[in-house]
Amino acid sequence: MTLQKENLSVSVSPHIYDKQTTGGIMRDVLIALIPAALASFYFFGMRAFLVILVSILGCLLSEWIFQKIVKKPSSLLDGSAVLTGVLLAFCLPSSIPLYMVFIGAGVSIIIGKMVFGGLGHNIFNPALVGRAVLLASWPQAMTTWPAANNIFLGMYDTVAGATPLAGIKLGQYTATYWDLFIGRTGGSLGETCAVALLIGGVYLILRKVISIAIPLTYIGSVYLLSSFLGIDPVYSILSGGLFLGAFFMATDYVTSPMTSGGKLIFGLGCGLLTVMIRKFGGYPEGVCYAILFMNGLVPLIERYTQPKVFGVKNK
Amino acid sequence: MLDRLKYYWKTFDNGILRENPILRLMIGLCPTLAVSTSLINSVGMGLATTFVLVCSNFVVSLLRKFTPNGVRIPIFIVIVSTFVTLIDYLMLAYMPELHKSLGVFVPLIVVNCIILGRAESFAYKNDVVLSAIDGLGMGLGFTIAISAIGIIREVLGNGTILGYSLFGASFSPAIIMILPPGAFITIGFLMAGLNALTRKGEGANK
Repeated sequence: MTLQKENLSVSVSPHIYDKQTTGGIMRDVLIALIPAALASFYFFGMRAFLVILVSILGCLLSEWIFQKIVKKPSSLLDGSAVLTGVLLAFCLPSSIPLYMVFIGAGVSIIIGKMVFGGLGHNIFNPALVGRAVLLASWPQAMTTWPAANNIFLGMYDTVAGATPLAGIKLGQYTATYWDLFIGRTGGSLGETCAVALLIGGVYLILRKVISIAIPLTYIGSVYLLSSFLGIDPVYSILSGGLFLGAFFMATDYVTSPMTSGGKLIFGLGCGLLTVMIRKFGGYPEGVCYAILFMNGLVPLIERYTQPKVFGVKNK
Repeated sequence: MLDRLKYYWKTFDNGILRENPILRLMIGLCPTLAVSTSLINSVGMGLATTFVLVCSNFVVSLLRKFTPNGVRIPIFIVIVSTFVTLIDYLMLAYMPELHKSLGVFVPLIVVNCIILGRAESFAYKNDVVLSAIDGLGMGLGFTIAISAIGIIREVLGNGTILGYSLFGASFSPAIIMILPPGAFITIGFLMAGLNALTRKGEGANK
């Protein structure tokens, strides 16, 4: 079977060399998340900083421990654990007890990533796995949203406010577009400030770290479907975790399709499921489950969108 | 004589670790996932299954020379369901609470693939004593594994053990552990742990 000659080494594709490294990509994504992180400090204060810090430390620590136990070389420096930590923290409410953040970080890394064989082998987005487990474990702590309050106005600990999405379910549109756009609403740490996420997303697209296909089809399909179902479409795309999910989670290299056709299907599927869960499901927000579900379909999508091999005739 | 005893011991021992039904053969997962939410449920389920397994292995082996090959599966099922009905009513009479919390999973022991699997692959081919011993070993292996899962899930998912609170009122348990995903996660980690342990043992022997 093997054609390998002694002096010819045959390696599997890809053969094109690029200067881009895993560490470099992770660094770019982390840079892109800085605006949203700053926005979360601004709106949720010191608490946001603590949640992000604990989440990152939890991810790094659990990755280190796991790799010690199974005696695998350490991959701490590629930045993927840090990124998972930041993304996980971004989809948690600021009032969540810190030990839960820590457990969520451990679950993200160990169950979401390491048991599959580490970065590149995981089927599901690790940060979203962590969030899903936390939401199933401590539903109350995960859905108590402190209203955004400015550090300069003093800290309130327990001013809980309905999120814009919960409002939509009740038919109330309490926040203005401007509130949603700059993030002056209740919600998870990193998801409220649409403009900061947009800046980060545009940076990633300009740096060619992500392609525009998934965010565009995802947000576009949510916009169209929402208006079709009689929900204010602008309100719908600006609220909840849609921008965070569309730019930073659905575009994860490992868990999204590589083919360009597949990306469109993936984005459309995420959008469809998100709107369906928001409109008809039990939870107000559907981004997390929509992306996780589509993650599971990625092998199938890729199989049916494989480009023709060069030289093969189209039928 | 000693050789015979050693052979019996090996057959018994087989079900506990080397061919543990849940953690090695991965059969009987349905009742495992469903009832291992607490230790008491797990032990109850494990012992009920062990009883059925020993008795059905015994009878299947006893009748193996008269059982026509073509209809052996229906015959196994009849034998198994006889004992399941027995244990079902026994539990209803003497342990009504446990019976209630196990619910439909007691009658469902009939279709537990451990029991049918052992009847088909062991009792149908071996003598009576050996079959009963195999049933006991497999049953206890099942009980131990399901109890281990039950302990982990009850402690983490409910903060109790055998109904006694462990951590006090301020502890908020991870509800996911008593939901189905918790069972899958627990089984996965136990399986990985057992594999790692036995692999280490094999390496040392070499």
